Amino acid sequence: MTELTDLGVAAIRDGFRDGDFSAREVADAFNGAVAAAKALNAFIVETPEHALAAADAADQERAEGNVRPLSGVPLGIKDLFCTEGVQTTAASHILEGFVPQYESAVSERLFLAGAGMLGKLNMDQFAMGSSNETSHFGNVLSPWRRNDGGNAPLAPGGSSGGSSAAVAARIAPGATGTDTGGSIRQPAAFTGISGIKPTYGRCSRFGIVAFASSLDQAGPMARDVKDCAILLEAMSGFDPRDATSLDEAVPAWEDNLSPDLRGKTVGIPKEYRVDDMPAEIDRLWQKGIDFVRDAGAEVVEVSLPHTRYALPTYYIVAPAEASSNLARYDGVRYGLRDLPPGANLQDMYAQTRADGFGPEVKRRILIGTYVLSAGFYDAYYTQAQRVRALIVRDFTEAFGKVDLLLTPTAPSAAFALGEKSDDPLAMYLNDVFTVPSSLAGLPAMSVPGGLDAAGLPLGLQIIGRPLDEQSVLDAGLAIEQRAGFHARPGRWW
Amino acid sequence: MSVDVAQVRKIAALARVAVSDEEAAAMTGELNNILGWVEQLEQVDTAGVEPLAAVIPNTLRLRDDVVTDGDKRDAVLANAPEAAHGFFAVPKVIE
Repeated sequence: MTELTDLGVAAIRDGFRDGDFSAREVADAFNGAVAAAKALNAFIVETPEHALAAADAADQERAEGNVRPLSGVPLGIKDLFCTEGVQTTAASHILEGFVPQYESAVSERLFLAGAGMLGKLNMDQFAMGSSNETSHFGNVLSPWRRNDGGNAPLAPGGSSGGSSAAVAARIAPGATGTDTGGSIRQPAAFTGISGIKPTYGRCSRFGIVAFASSLDQAGPMARDVKDCAILLEAMSGFDPRDATSLDEAVPAWEDNLSPDLRGKTVGIPKEYRVDDMPAEIDRLWQKGIDFVRDAGAEVVEVSLPHTRYALPTYYIVAPAEASSNLARYDGVRYGLRDLPPGANLQDMYAQTRADGFGPEVKRRILIGTYVLSAGFYDAYYTQAQRVRALIVRDFTEAFGKVDLLLTPTAPSAAFALGEKSDDPLAMYLNDVFTVPSSLAGLPAMSVPGGLDAAGLPLGLQIIGRPLDEQSVLDAGLAIEQRAGFHARPGRWW
Repeated sequence: MSVDVAQVRKIAALARVAVSDEEAAAMTGELNNILGWVEQLEQVDTAGVEPLAAVIPNTLRLRDDVVTDGDKRDAVLANAPEAAHGFFAVPKVIE
């Protein structure tokens, strides 16, 4: 018999329904795998008791003839989602010890669907980072290693790096992620798994620690496209507690999944052919073009002329929103308080925030404060929102001619820990292909496309029209079936 | 536009983040790198373009004007660094 931890979400759900194994057996297997993988540092808090309680409830219900959509499936939950009674820190010191008194909308939906929680997944602090090196709780290590015999620890991507590492290492069959500028897609690409950021507003942001509210979206990370479809269906849906939640029915993405792309037109944005793009990334992209063509799609070149301005736009808009959102951490209502002897209230605020935020978070708060400050607001923030409107317009015009866009997910395979952490700008540039669709709120997913010469996974990105997650998933499935990606990291942890 | 150490100190004070002299000096360079890079947005002709307000068109909903929340004092205070008599407690504000 295959090990239970080799199974993905669909296989666990179906095997449990068919009586091949109990939910408790599954929970035990994954709890054990989590406990044995501490070297990856993927979890900040492990919650085996939560996974077991959900499993026992699922077993009991099955005996009574009831199964829910995710009965028997244990998941990892990114530490950005508030979980009632379980510490939620956004991987920061300032929220260390914070125990939410309520459940985030997305985790609530997953638990109501029968899923259990294996633990809270490590991430970049406040989701600010692309390598998981900004966590207060230490770096997450990718389970992957280069095939050069060296053991250089590699970045699992970020900010959802605990999620990507856990799924790739098969210590969780699926996980939640969040994506503000690529934080689901880039880590998925770095670790050879799939991940989808749905249309902005599909998943409620209620109970997700806010980073940049006009960009933040939750989504699933899992081993394949079908598992992503299953999880996304459970996570999505209207929620009046989030003012930007879309009042739209959740489609039956899993049932409608089809790798047949006949009648679809896929656009190749020529501006994504950036200078100094590694030849391997270019070859991967060409392979992706061949895959979708083979699946029946027509492929045409399109132009998104403002692409090169997307990153600088993002690095005004996101820090501006972050500086505003993170103003709530004041040492008064929750989290850390640092009150030096004799200090007044203002000193307490400043000292608490100085001690509680890491360097990257402070950097973004200061940038955000500056671009929103009197005298600079129009030059920076208003101009960025105008350029953002042009970026959205580019996509709208492209989607007048094509149904989907196909690009690489990231400009490189996983880099080594420490390789970019001293240079914020070099780190930011890793999100060059994922940020534009975030700025436009579009559904976008990464699927594994192959391996580079060092034996590391590379991802392909599919971007769709607003609310057309179905076409994105379908194209993802078409690529998945043709890429034949079965590589997995050898166990060293 | 670039910032000097004094401006960084002012921004940090606005953001309520205490910074040492060393940190302020280091951040000045880092911020100028980032600001110098984002300034390329000045090149974009945005005449007549409205700043983006909502990325996906959505209508603001009205709901009945009724209390939907409350009676949660203890839950609200549960994570407070210091609470007293059912309130958040802070250092003395007025001498």
